[in-house]
This record gives sequence, structure tokens and C-alpha cells, in this order.
Amino acid sequence: MAHENIKVNLYVWRQNGPNDPNAGIKVYSDLEINTHMSFLEMLDVLNTHIIENKDKYPEGPVAFEHDCREGICGACSLVINGRPHGPMQGTTTCQLHMRHFNNGDNIYIEPFKAKAFPMIKDLVVDRSSFDKIIQAGGYISVNTGGTPDGNAVPVPQDVSSEAMDAAACIGCGACVAACPNASAMLFTSAKVSHLGLLPQGKTEAAIRVKRMVSQMDNEGFGLCSNVGACEADCPKEISINNIARMNRAYISSTFTNDH
Amino acid sequence: MKWIIEFLLSSLGKKLIMSLTGLFLCLFLVVHMLGNLQLFLPSPEGMPEGYVFNMYAYHMTHSSLIKIISYGNYFFILLHALQGILITVYNRKAKGGKYQGKGVSDTAAKMASRNMIFLGVLLLAFIGLHMYQFWAQMHFNSEMPVMAGIIEDGEEVKDLFAIVSVAFKQPWVVIVYLISLLALALHLVHGFWSAFQTMGLSNNKYGPIIRFVAMAYAILIPLGFATMPIVFFLFY
Ligand code: HEM
Ligand code: SF4
Ligand code: FES
Repeated sequence: MAHENIKVNLYVWRQNGPNDPNAGIKVYSDLEINTHMSFLEMLDVLNTHIIENKDKYPEGPVAFEHDCREGICGACSLVINGRPHGPMQGTTTCQLHMRHFNNGDNIYIEPFKAKAFPMIKDLVVDRSSFDKIIQAGGYISVNTGGTPDGNAVPVPQDVSSEAMDAAACIGCGACVAACPNASAMLFTSAKVSHLGLLPQGKTEAAIRVKRMVSQMDNEGFGLCSNVGACEADCPKEISINNIARMNRAYISSTFTNDH
Repeated sequence: MKWIIEFLLSSLGKKLIMSLTGLFLCLFLVVHMLGNLQLFLPSPEGMPEGYVFNMYAYHMTHSSLIKIISYGNYFFILLHALQGILITVYNRKAKGGKYQGKGVSDTAAKMASRNMIFLGVLLLAFIGLHMYQFWAQMHFNSEMPVMAGIIEDGEEVKDLFAIVSVAFKQPWVVIVYLISLLALALHLVHGFWSAFQTMGLSNNKYGPIIRFVAMAYAILIPLGFATMPIVFFLFY
């Protein structure tokens, strides 16, 4: 393996609140880091460095989001060198390691860009528009009463694996960030597919797709041009076949239902 | 009625309009190309050059069925172009700018998918030029040449073949046509597949077939059209 320690130059988007007129890229040169670090640990090192040198960096530490740091929660974000979650296929920012970078690299770190994800500070944007899409239809009806038998409802293997593939979506918003139109079709279609494919979610399948799509539209996401950047940058490799499935469900629920 | 309006104004409804009008135009292009390839058919004994094509053009301009279809076609082109422009403007606003980092996602759809509006506006400009060169001459030019000695239903038959052969003798016309046909190929290589994805008809089973047909269509149709300026420029 190459050098254990490398120096990188970070081009970080700094913005002190939603309407900061001085927002822009700030360069932090020659930061020395260990290649075994994850990308977020590298940012921790940067922030420690900033805090220890307050006089030199009056802007203070960089705000960024994270939680599990093991690729399952969807809290981390960042556009790294123009790509959400960085250059590695199927990897969240928290799982991206610095060994994929070289000594002397210039690394651009920017927030997710979309009107429906308003800026909060630095690299943090407000992704609650996703929560509103989920609230609009991301639930199923269940019977009250005793605990149901886990095997009472037969689910064919291929259906369950398709639903599970869609359920892998962690709601991070990278699909929106990758899309030149800031469209939320991959996320919404993953949720519509995950619930609509399974028998437990069939009851409200037709109304769910309409509600979730119309909430998605209301939040101000762009329209899908089928570019496929979402699929390429999704850390969970959700397929755009889900988008076709959602289109199909939306069109058929519009034309075949009586309401 | 309200549900129709709601559907047409929803994101998916707007895209469905794009895909249906786009596919209608794709169908039109096949018919238009096959019709125009009659430029190359030899004239029957004793008839002037371009007879078959000119008779075809005559009947196309004298049929009420064709008239209705062509008005539909004009309408769909305008609807497709207008909707495409509105969607693009909306999408640009929803995005709010580009990243400064230069990495590009490794997508299956290539650069054409990100430049549909640029290719489309080029096509619109081309359609304007093309209709001025041929369609407007046929309909509005009172000095349009006619085929000597040919009378159909008591009327002289206009010599569109002559106009075409003069036009395609000019190098700039040939170059503009070839560039536009390249833009058409790129617009279609993404558009054809995209339309099926929008309608929800693409999946693991049909997706590869649709992509293959899209590729074949996007190569063959522009190539078929390209034979006309090239052959006329070189050989007539
Ligand atoms: C011969 C002419 C044309 C044909 C056959 C054609 C065909 C198509 C098809 C099949 C699509 C895919 C629809 C979808 O994604 O669902 C498309 C998309 C598009 N077309 Fe055209 N088109 C033509 C001319 C034009 C013109 C004149 C414009 C003018 C501005 C235009 C602008 C667009 C745009 C912007 C899109 C992408 C829309 C989006 O998904 O964001 N096209 N076209
Ligand atoms: S579809 Fe992929 S990129 Fe989009 S929110 Fe879900 S996990 Fe993130
Ligand atoms: S921090 Fe949880 S997925 Fe990255």
C-alpha cells in the first residue's frame, strides 16, 4: 500500500446561513491525513485543525451531517469532486476511505444542490421534503388484534427480493443531488416500489403512488429526464427500473381507478 | 374533468405529453423518410426526371386526410418543443446551478440525455429552414416550376424535384442538413428509449430490447435522410 500519510487540499463550500452573501469555496491547503481514515474522519481532522487555530480561521468549523457512520442511516451527504457521496460506486460518504485519494489531490466538497433542499449552513441542507413525501403515503394499513402469524401471507421469492432491493434506499438524497434536474424520482419510486410490491402494501398502492408523486411535485423537485445519474451515484444502487414501475403505477392508477 | 387537468399538470403527466408527442414524431419520421426516398426512383418511359416523387408530392398536397394528419403533426411539433422548453426552464430552476467539482456520474445514458434541449432547439431551427425551403415553396411560391406537359386532374404538377436538386447542390445546405441529422440521431438515441421509460414500459425484460431498437432507429432514420443531400450533391 502507498504512503500511510498524505496531504490534500480541500476546496470546501462555506456558507454562514441561508442568505450569506459571502458564501463560496474556501481552500484549506496541505491538510495532513492518514489514508485509513474515512472521509468524515478527515473532516473531523480539518475541524480540529480549524478550532485549534481560531485566529487563522475566524469562520469556525465546517458544519456537515452524519450519524451512523456505517452506511445505513442516510444522514451523511456531501458532493465530493462533483459527485454525491464521492467517486466510489455504491458507497456512502461515511464509508468512503481516504486511501482512494492521492497525495496532493485537490478535493472539492460542496453541499447537495436542489431548490427543494434549502441551505442551512456550509454542507448541511434541509432534506425534510423527503419526510413530507414519506408522510404523504409511505405507510401501510394493518389489522389490529393479536400478533399475526409471520407466515400467513405468502410472498413469492422474486417479489420479496425486488421489494428488498427498493427498501435498501436510505433516503439520503444523493439521487436529487446527482440529478441535473434535482428530481426526486429515484427516492420516491424506491419507496413506492418497496411498499407497493408486497402484499401488505397493496391495499393503498394506487392511492399511495398518487399522493407521494403529488407531494414530490409540491416540494419543487424537477422532472425526470431519464439521465440515470441518480442510479449511478446512489450509494444503495437503487435501479431506475423503479422509476419506470412508478410511472406505470401512476398512469394506471390515474386511468383505471374511479376516483 | 378535474382529474384530467390534474394529471396533465403533474410531473408525470407533463412527461407523458413529451413522450407521446415525441413518439408520434418518430412515427412521422419513418413515413416522411420512406416518402422522400422516392426521389431516387427512376421515371417511367417518356416521363420527366423526378416524375414519381413529384406525383407523390402532388397527391400529398391534394388529400384531405393528409391535410388533417399534417396539421396534427405541426401541432405536435410545437407542443413537444414548447413543453420541452418549459420543462427545461423549470428543471434548471429546481436545480439552481452546477457544482464546481468536475466529476461526472457514470451513467448508462450518455451526454445526449443532458443536452436534449440544445439538440431540440437546433432541430426546431432546422425544421424552420427545411419548411421554408420546400414546404413554403410548394404552398406559396407562385413561380414554382412545373413538370412540362404533365396534367393531373386538370392541374399542372409542381416540380418539387427540381427545387430539391437545386437546393442540395449548395454545399452549405448539405452541411447544415448533415449537422442537423447528427443532432437528430443524438436526440433520438436518448429520446426513443426515454419515451418508453416515461410511459413505464421499460424493465429488465424489455429495457435492453428498447435500447437496441432505439439505437437502430437513431442510426437508420438519420442515415436514410442523409442519403438525399449526399447523393444529390455528388451525383445529380
Ligand atoms: C423530429 C423531431 C423530434 C423528435 C422525433 C423528438 C423526439 C423526442 C422523444 C421521443 C423524446 C423523449 C420523451 C421522454 O423523455 O419521455 C424527446 C425529448 C425531448 N425533446 Fe424532442 N423530438 C423532436 C424535436 C424536438 C424539438 C424541436 C425540441 C425543441 C425544443 C425538442 C425538445 C426535447 C426536450 C427538451 C426533450 C427532453 C425532455 C425531458 O425529458 O426533460 N424535441 N424528444
Ligand atoms: S434512492 Fe439512493 S440516492 Fe436516492 S435517497 Fe435512496 S439511497 Fe439515497
Ligand atoms: S452517516 Fe449514516 S449513512 Fe453515512
